[in-house]
Amino acid sequence: MARERRYIGKRIKRKEDPRLITGKGLYVDDIHLPGMVYAAFLRPPYAHARIKSIDTSKAEKIPGVIGVFTGEYFKDKVAPLTTAWALTNADLKPVKWPVVAYDKVRFTGDIVAVVVAEDPYTAYDALEAIEVEYEPLPVVVDVEEAVKPGAPQLHDEAPGNIAFKWTFRGGRDFDEVAKEADIIVKKRFINQRLIPSAMETRAAVASYNPATGELTVWVTSQNPHVHRLIMASVLGIPEHKLRVIAPDVGGGFGSKIPVYPGEVIVARLAMDLGRPVKWVETRRENFLGTIHGRDHVDYVEVAAKKNGEVLGVRVRTLANLGAYISTAAPGVPTILFGLMLSGPYKIKSVDVEVKGVLTNTTPVDAYRGAGRPEATYILERMMDIVARRLGMDPADVRRVNLIEKAPYTAVTGLTYDSGRYLEVFEKALKIAEYYKWREVQSEERRKGRLIGIGISSYIEMCGLAPSRIARATGFGLGLWESVLVRVHPTGKVSVYTGSHPHGQGEETSFAQIVAEELGIPIEDVEIVHGDTAQTPFGMGTYGSRTTPVGGAAVYRAVAKIKEKARKIAAALLEAREEDIEFSEGKFYVKGHPEKSVTFQDVALAAYTADKLPPDVEPGLEAIAFYDPENFTFPYGTHIAVVEVDPETFKVKILRYVAVDDAGVIINPLLAEGQVHGGVVQGIAQALYEYAVYDENGNLLTAGFNDYMIPTALDVPNIESYFEETPAPHNPLGAKGIGETGTIAATPAVVNAVLDALAHLGIEHIDMPLTPYRIWKALKEAGLLEKLKAGGE
Amino acid sequence: MEGEGLEVVEVSMKVNGKPVKAKVPARMLLVHFLRDVLGLTGTHVGCDTSNCGACTVIMNGKAVKSCTVFAFMADGAEILTIEGLAQNGKLHPIQEAFWENHGLQCGFCTPGMIMTLYDFLNRNPEPTEEEVRRAIEGNLCRCTGYVNIVRSALAAAEKMRAVGRWVKGGA
Repeated sequence: MARERRYIGKRIKRKEDPRLITGKGLYVDDIHLPGMVYAAFLRPPYAHARIKSIDTSKAEKIPGVIGVFTGEYFKDKVAPLTTAWALTNADLKPVKWPVVAYDKVRFTGDIVAVVVAEDPYTAYDALEAIEVEYEPLPVVVDVEEAVKPGAPQLHDEAPGNIAFKWTFRGGRDFDEVAKEADIIVKKRFINQRLIPSAMETRAAVASYNPATGELTVWVTSQNPHVHRLIMASVLGIPEHKLRVIAPDVGGGFGSKIPVYPGEVIVARLAMDLGRPVKWVETRRENFLGTIHGRDHVDYVEVAAKKNGEVLGVRVRTLANLGAYISTAAPGVPTILFGLMLSGPYKIKSVDVEVKGVLTNTTPVDAYRGAGRPEATYILERMMDIVARRLGMDPADVRRVNLIEKAPYTAVTGLTYDSGRYLEVFEKALKIAEYYKWREVQSEERRKGRLIGIGISSYIEMCGLAPSRIARATGFGLGLWESVLVRVHPTGKVSVYTGSHPHGQGEETSFAQIVAEELGIPIEDVEIVHGDTAQTPFGMGTYGSRTTPVGGAAVYRAVAKIKEKARKIAAALLEAREEDIEFSEGKFYVKGHPEKSVTFQDVALAAYTADKLPPDVEPGLEAIAFYDPENFTFPYGTHIAVVEVDPETFKVKILRYVAVDDAGVIINPLLAEGQVHGGVVQGIAQALYEYAVYDENGNLLTAGFNDYMIPTALDVPNIESYFEETPAPHNPLGAKGIGETGTIAATPAVVNAVLDALAHLGIEHIDMPLTPYRIWKALKEAGLLEKLKAGGE
Repeated sequence: MEGEGLEVVEVSMKVNGKPVKAKVPARMLLVHFLRDVLGLTGTHVGCDTSNCGACTVIMNGKAVKSCTVFAFMADGAEILTIEGLAQNGKLHPIQEAFWENHGLQCGFCTPGMIMTLYDFLNRNPEPTEEEVRRAIEGNLCRCTGYVNIVRSALAAAEKMRAVGRWVKGGA
C-alpha cells in the first residue's frame, strides 16, 4: 500500500453542494404533482382526554374543502403503529398507536381529524371549524409520578404505565465491589428532554395509481426501505406496490427514523381520494408530534477507591417514552445506554435497571447519540464528582481508570477492538493546554473570575450493527447495509445504496471510495440513494453507521467489480488472470506495463461481450450486503474551558477542543463538519435546551421562541482533531463520526461549569445550566454572599 | 370570510430580474408566492414564527424573511432569491465559499443563510468573526454548529475584497 491515495483521506468538496447552494435541491415540500391536494391535522387541546363527539359539518362546507376524516374513518382501514424494536426479556407491552385517535388522545401531538382541501390555507381554515367534544382525563407528564400507584393510566396494555423493565448485570456483583470501595457516591441526575429540531420539518406526499395499484410516497425519512416495510404492513398493501422516496432531507438527527401517523394518513387518503395528497408539518406540529429525545431520571451509585479507581456503577433509570412506544424507542434507553455504562474505563461492575415509562407527552425515540450521551453523561459527571470528593484532579482520576490497551473486553461484554485511550486523552490535554488553564483558573479566581475546565472521555458503540446481535435484542431487522455498483459501458459508475445520507455527505465520501478503488475520476461516480425503486433493500442512515457499514458495503461491492474486471482484462490482454495487476485505473500484465487496458476498456468489453472468457457473464455490476462482525467503537476526549459571569451567571465557552478517534477518516472536511455540529448539539443540551411541560401536559416550549436551539452567537468555534486507529474488522477501518460530538460535549461543558463553581461548594446542577439555574443553585446553597466576597 | 385575506389582489414584481404578475389571495405570504406560484422552491420554510430565517430573500436590496411579508407588500418590488444569485451560470462568491468551506450539510437553511450574508457583506465588506455571527443570528442551522458557515462568510468577504468590490448577484 505504498501507493499515494488520491481520494480517501482527502478534503474533497461535496458533490451534493452545487444543487443545494443554488436552490436546486429537492425536498419533499418542493414536490408538486398535478391535481395535488393538501392535508392538515387537528391536534387536541388536551394531553389526555376521551373523544366524545366530533362535528365536521361546518368544516366540510367551507369552499375548497374536499373532506374531513376522523379516527372512525381510519380505524378499520389502517393498522395502528407499534414499535419495531421488540426488546427481549423486558416484558415489553404491546402498546398501539392509532394513526388518528378514535377513543382517546394521549398527548397534544395526537391527531383527531384530518382535513383535505384544494390549498393549504383552506385546510387550516377548516381545522378551526371542526368541533370536538372532549372529556378531559387526569394527566401525568413526570416519570416519577407516572409509576406511582393511582397515577393516571395511559394504556390498558401497560398497567402502571410501565412499557418495559430491562435489567443488565455485567462483571462482578455491585454490592461485592462496593465492599472494597473507600467511597460510595450517590447522585440523582436528570437528563432532560430535548427536541431534535431538524431545520426541515417532516412532510409527505402520496400518489396512487389505481390501474397499477402502485402507491408512491415521498417522505422525509432517514430509512426509506424501513418506511416502506412498516407502511406496507400498516396500510395492508403489498410491499412491492409501494415505492418510498426520500429525496433531499433537511436534517434528521434521529427524528426521521420513525414511521409516524402523518405519512400513513396521506398514503391512505391518496388511495381513497384518487388525487395526490401532501402534508407538510408546521414547526409547531414538529415540536408537538415529532419525537423528542433523552428524558431520563437516573439514580446512580458509584463505588470508588481512594486512588480514584472506580470499581462499579449501579444505575436505576426511569426513561420517559412519552404517550406511545415509537419505532426504535425501546432500544435507546436500554441496549444503547446500559451497555455503555462502563465507558472507556476498567470498571469491574455494571448493574442497570431501566423502566420505560408512558406519560402524556410526545413519544421519545433516538435523538443523535441515542442512549450513549445519557450513559456518557453519568460516567463523566461521576468521574468529576469522585475526583472532587477525593481531592484529586479530574484528569488524574481518568488516568487511573482509562483502559490501557485494546482489544479489551469490557465488563458489559462488548469487545472494544481498537483504541489508544490514554494516548488520545493525553493528546487532548496537551492541545487544550489543560495545565496552563488550571493555572489561569487559580490566578483569575483570586480576581473574582469564575473559570472552569471540563473533561469528557467517551467511547461509543456504533456502526450499528451486527445483525445477530441486533436480532438478539429484539430489533425487527438485521442491521447490515447494501450497495449495488453498476458500471456502465462507458466506464461511468452508478452506486445504489440502502444508506440514506441527509446532510452527512456520503454522495461524496462513497464516491471517494469508489474512485479510489477503481482508479477513476470522482466525477465518473454517482451515488444514488433514497428511492426504494432504485436501491436495494437497506437500513438507512443513523447510529453513525453510514460510513462504517454502508461504506464497507461500497468497498465490498467494488472489490467484486474488480474481480470480474480482472478476468475480462486477462481475456483482452490474452494473459493469465493471476498475471494481471491493477493500478491507477489500468490493468496490465505483470512485468509488462506497456500491455494494458483501462478500466473503461474493460467496462465496454463487458457489454460488447464478444471477448469474454467462457465462465464470465456479460455486464459489469455487483451487489454487496455487508453485515458488520462487531460494533465499531469511536472514542476520544473533549475539553471545554468556560467562564461563568459572576453577576449574570451566563456561561461563555472560551475554548473547545475535540480529539476523536473514529478510525480511518474518508474525508476530513466532512468529518470535522460532523464534529462541529455534534458538539454544538451537545453544548445545547448542557446550556440551553429543555422541553418543558406544564402539569396539564401542554408543551410550553413548542416553538423556537421558547425552545432555545443555539444561534451563531451562542456557541464557540470548535477545534477538531483526529487520531486514526483503524477498526480491524472493518474493510475501510472506519468507525463512524456522526454522534461523537453530541456524546462527548454535554458532560465536557457541564463539568467545566461545575468546575468553575467548585470552590464555592456546588457539586452538581441539573441541565441545562442556564443563568437562572446557576443563580438559583448558588442562592439556595446560600453562596451568593460567598461569591461576592471572592469565593474564598 | 370577508376581511380574512381571501380577496384576490393583483401583484407584480421583478423576481430575479424577470417581471412577474399574478392574482393571489391577499393573505398569501411572499414565501408561498415564490414557492407555489412561481415554483422557486429554493427558498424554504423552516418555522411559523419568523425565527429560523430559512425563507430569507432580498427585497429591494435588503434581506427580509419572506414568511413575514405578504405577497402584496412586495408589489412593485425587486426580489432576489437563491435561484437568481449565480450570474450566467457562475456561482456567486458566497456560494463558492460555502462549497469550498463545507458551509452546509443538509442544505435546508443554506439559501436563507446565503441571502442574509449577501445583504450583510454588501454593508460590511470587512467583517470580524463576531460581526458575522451577529449578522446570521436570525438564521438557524442545526447541522454545522455554525463553524463552517462563519468560515464561509469570512472567505466570501475575502473573495470579494480580492476582486475589489462587492459582487451583485443575478441578471
